[in-house]
Amino acid sequence: MIQLIAFYLFATIVIASAAMVIFARNPVHSVMWLILAFFNAAGLMLLAGAEFIAMLLVIVYVGAVAVLFLFVVMMLDIDFAELRSGFVRYLPLGALVAIVLAAELVFAVGAWQAGGVDLAARAAPAATDTSNIQQIGELLYTRYIFLFEAAGIVLLVAMIGAIVLTHRQRGGVRIQNISAQNRRRPEDATRLVDPGVGQGMEL
Amino acid sequence: MISVGHYLAVSAVLFTLGVLGIFINRKNIIVILMAIELILLAVNINLVAFSAALNDLVGQVFSMFVLTVAAGEAAIGLAILVIYFRGRGTIAVDDANRMKG
Repeated sequence: MIQLIAFYLFATIVIASAAMVIFARNPVHSVMWLILAFFNAAGLMLLAGAEFIAMLLVIVYVGAVAVLFLFVVMMLDIDFAELRSGFVRYLPLGALVAIVLAAELVFAVGAWQAGGVDLAARAAPAATDTSNIQQIGELLYTRYIFLFEAAGIVLLVAMIGAIVLTHRQRGGVRIQNISAQNRRRPEDATRLVDPGVGQGMEL
Repeated sequence: MISVGHYLAVSAVLFTLGVLGIFINRKNIIVILMAIELILLAVNINLVAFSAALNDLVGQVFSMFVLTVAAGEAAIGLAILVIYFRGRGTIAVDDANRMKG
């Protein structure tokens, strides 16, 4: 019974906050609703027995992605009212596409529940005597090790790409140049002069 | 009792909301990126639901990879957004045709 209540609670809040994400006027509010949606989706996954994915969702989505969105939204000085000008104009087309898509999804689920097609045997049946995270770890570090490393490369490329894209060399600022400092020799930097008595000093 | 159909319904609604969000916020690329995150979240819910229903862990492993790609996509997308804003002073992408491609 409590599972039923929890499921409907999480499902209702995740859908409501997803709707608020796309309808909110202020993108900062959108990010906040997105965080709420992620938390409740994590609750849904927890109910399904996927504890590791649920925690990953909270850590990665809420802790990294949503905060990244928040930073960017607050960093850029954007006239959001101007951006919403086409909202009503695009609504009919968007609603049409959404309705068609929803009908397709309902149809697909109906076809699947009516028997569907025969799938292959289970690829990795879940054991019952070990915890979820241990099973995923055993799978991830054995059969899917190359995929796991490819995911690491994806993250590395994304990190380097983001740094390369946003990094800029500022002109007109005097920052420390360590290699120039190390290249400096006493003979380049100092000059011995022998001025005569009574003559001015030229620097 | 909760069946996999319930999860599929939630994820279908989330997916549809994500697509709708892309269409109605066509100028605001930040909200478009958030709608894409919603779509990927719906995919993750589907993967986890089927993983639980079929008693097969591969769904959860792949849901992790979807998560990885989502994180990378958000990072790159927002970086592109920042440099676009630097160059243009706006993020209206209704006419993002600078490269005349």
